[in-house]
Amino acid sequence: MELIKPGLNIPFTNYRHIAVALSTIVNIVVLVLLFTKGPRLGVDFAGGTVVQVKFMQKVSVDQVRAGLGQLGTGDTVIQDFGGEGSNEFLVRLEKTSIEIGALGEQLRAGLSKQFGPNGFEVRRIESVGPKVGKELRERGAWSVIAATIMMGVYIWFRFELRFGIGAVIALIHDVLVTIGALMLGHYEFDLTIIAALLTIVGFSVNDTVIVCDRIRENMRKIRRESLEAIINMSINETLSRTIITTGTAIMVLLALFVLGGGVIRPFAFALLVGFFSGVYSTIFIASPVILFWEKGAAQRRSVAETGVRKAEVRAKRTSAK
Amino acid sequence: MRRSVMIRLALFIIATLVSLVYLAPTFVHPLPAWWSRFLPTDRIHLGLDLQGGSHLLLEVKVDKAIENNVERVKADLTNVLRERGISGVTVERVQGTQLQLKVPAASVERVRGLLKSDFANLTVVNTQTGGGMTDFFLTLSKEELRSLRDYAVDQSLETIRNRIDQFGVSEPVIQREGQQEILIQLPGIQDPERAKEIIGKTASLEFKLVDDTVNVEDALKNGPPPGRQILYGYVGKGEGSVGDKTPYVLESRTLMTGEYITDARVRPSSQLQGPYVELILNSTGARLFEQITGANVKRRLAIVLDNRVYSAPVIQERIGGGRASITGSFDIKEARDLAIILRAGALPAPVEIIEERTVGPSLGSDSIRQGILSFVVGISLVIVFMILYYKGAGVLANVALIFHILFLLAILAAFQAVLTMPGIAGIVLIAGMAVDANVLINERIREELRAGRAPRSAVEAGYQHALPAIIDTNVTTFLSGVILFQFGTGPIKGFAVTLCIGILTTVVTAVYMTRIYYDYRMVTRKLTRLSI
Repeated sequence: MELIKPGLNIPFTNYRHIAVALSTIVNIVVLVLLFTKGPRLGVDFAGGTVVQVKFMQKVSVDQVRAGLGQLGTGDTVIQDFGGEGSNEFLVRLEKTSIEIGALGEQLRAGLSKQFGPNGFEVRRIESVGPKVGKELRERGAWSVIAATIMMGVYIWFRFELRFGIGAVIALIHDVLVTIGALMLGHYEFDLTIIAALLTIVGFSVNDTVIVCDRIRENMRKIRRESLEAIINMSINETLSRTIITTGTAIMVLLALFVLGGGVIRPFAFALLVGFFSGVYSTIFIASPVILFWEKGAAQRRSVAETGVRKAEVRAKRTSAK
Repeated sequence: MRRSVMIRLALFIIATLVSLVYLAPTFVHPLPAWWSRFLPTDRIHLGLDLQGGSHLLLEVKVDKAIENNVERVKADLTNVLRERGISGVTVERVQGTQLQLKVPAASVERVRGLLKSDFANLTVVNTQTGGGMTDFFLTLSKEELRSLRDYAVDQSLETIRNRIDQFGVSEPVIQREGQQEILIQLPGIQDPERAKEIIGKTASLEFKLVDDTVNVEDALKNGPPPGRQILYGYVGKGEGSVGDKTPYVLESRTLMTGEYITDARVRPSSQLQGPYVELILNSTGARLFEQITGANVKRRLAIVLDNRVYSAPVIQERIGGGRASITGSFDIKEARDLAIILRAGALPAPVEIIEERTVGPSLGSDSIRQGILSFVVGISLVIVFMILYYKGAGVLANVALIFHILFLLAILAAFQAVLTMPGIAGIVLIAGMAVDANVLINERIREELRAGRAPRSAVEAGYQHALPAIIDTNVTTFLSGVILFQFGTGPIKGFAVTLCIGILTTVVTAVYMTRIYYDYRMVTRKLTRLSI
């Protein structure tokens, strides 16, 4: 079976202007939203308490709120969790003056009054103090940034600087698109989302590696074609493996998304978006960046020449022509 | 060639057998008796999110410990000044941890000498002279502060460990985190609220005299007179507790603390009162207690725990024998917890829970079920796809995939890594990525075949040309896993661990193991046809 027929030749780089323009707009919108509206933060990052309660019989959000009494007022958010008929709720308590340790007991006492001591089960409590939340938030953001830069440095080390730059820009694109999708889907940002973003950074770069590997190979093999033609050829040649490697990951992610339960669902969603975006960005973002970079470098080189490395690149380029 | 194939095959068979041995304890119950004598018996450890339990992060309020210490130094200093006959000097604690000495001009030199000779642990940060008085501002030296901080955290950790041991939790994790935090993990705990109560109590026990000459109402209205303080009675948490919130006016001076306690036991309730806790003091404590009670017959002695008055009985007579009791309005469970806390000793500084994650056992088993279900469905999709798309080569990739999972789980068991829900998600995800190396190899072999190569050389070229990209892609994913491990806590670390180990095993199985098959075919008969 073959998804992509050999000999396929789509001139991907022809679409680079529109793709780059579109992606830039999307990324800017996400960035603006990120810094103005901000994502919905889970307790890991915002601090506060989230309690997962399962009731033995059907109850409504209002009943739960009534049962919480004092705790149910103010910023408290109560939402359905775990789908139809599971009678599970997530209660999110914002900054309360009560000490973290004592909250669970108070909540239990309130619910016991309303539903009886055996009418419900507290299945999970997560409390994070504001100081911890801030620390986790900062460390989370830095780890994603550090990972992205590290990927770029690795690609630079293994290939060339321009490939590394292309990979980093593609990764920034994937991370921003994922963040945007999570914000659109009203998902909360917590530690598992950071885990997902880091995984996206590690995995999305794979397609870029595969294409870069092929570009390098073709540059050595075919000396008559322009860089643009080589990039196009390389993308087409590696297209089927790009699609299949991501495709198998998407299969397992769909299983996780549908069957993995409430804790895993946001994580799986983020990865799905990120992996799709990874394929797109490899083809339409990373490769054009390499091309733009090359054109820019050629112009600069005609003005002044410095450094052994640039001379070397030029030698390779002229010999390719 | 033939030898190399045989050696590699033998290595894989050995690896498989070792893996099965490591996995047996997880999947076979009960293990035969002879097994445990010389083979591993550790099962794959489940994280708190899968087996249920509590994860707590405590912050030790070290500043409070330092303040207490400064308070002690202040008392020392006052005493020494009096002993040496240096009069007119006042000592105050200011800005939390500084001491301010107001010294008349005549005594400045003597005080200076005294500080140098007897209080080397104090550093003079500032002196001000004016109006015939010299003010000294003193702090504890840097080394002293550091050792106090360390001591406060280490001692808290020891005390909490003692308390948890007595409370009875199997395989708790109690360790220091960073500068002043303590991480506690209590797997499978049934009553997290009670555990928190026991862990978080400072349990600073003090004996103080009640000052009955001061009218409580007045003191509440106008504030307590100097050297006096107002503390409230303790209200029990148990059902039917009869405690009150009565205010007491106490002498601020602490006559005795809980440091002399050697044992604490619950005594059953009598008709008149609930259960009580009997304290047994060491010989120093016994002597001190005898002295205190002897000197204050007919006065009320308040027993104060964490600034709550538990009881304030009238001292009827001098009490010898080193026994004291705390009565109060608590039920038997609370009395038992109180005894645990008093036996284990007081925390040198208050602690605060800054992070809590508690998962009930039923949620844990639900998560395991969902994890296994998504694993089975996800992996089946991949297996079916690989067979449809690559036929024989797909079957080969699937075999490699199954061995990868076997090795991955075995390594998790062997290294006692903790499996969490994100960890399971990691295993599922890695299964989807595991075949990637085979995809790269197979696509390359197809290309080489299309280019007109013979099957044998197509396979060789395929592996050879796909390898750099396979290594690079796995290195990048591995790197991000390492960063995640650095950053993550608890369950997330579990994901990072499975991700990193999984990448190693996929490379081994997908590249080297599948290659054995092709090499084997090459040596046994001619590799003339490929199913790919």
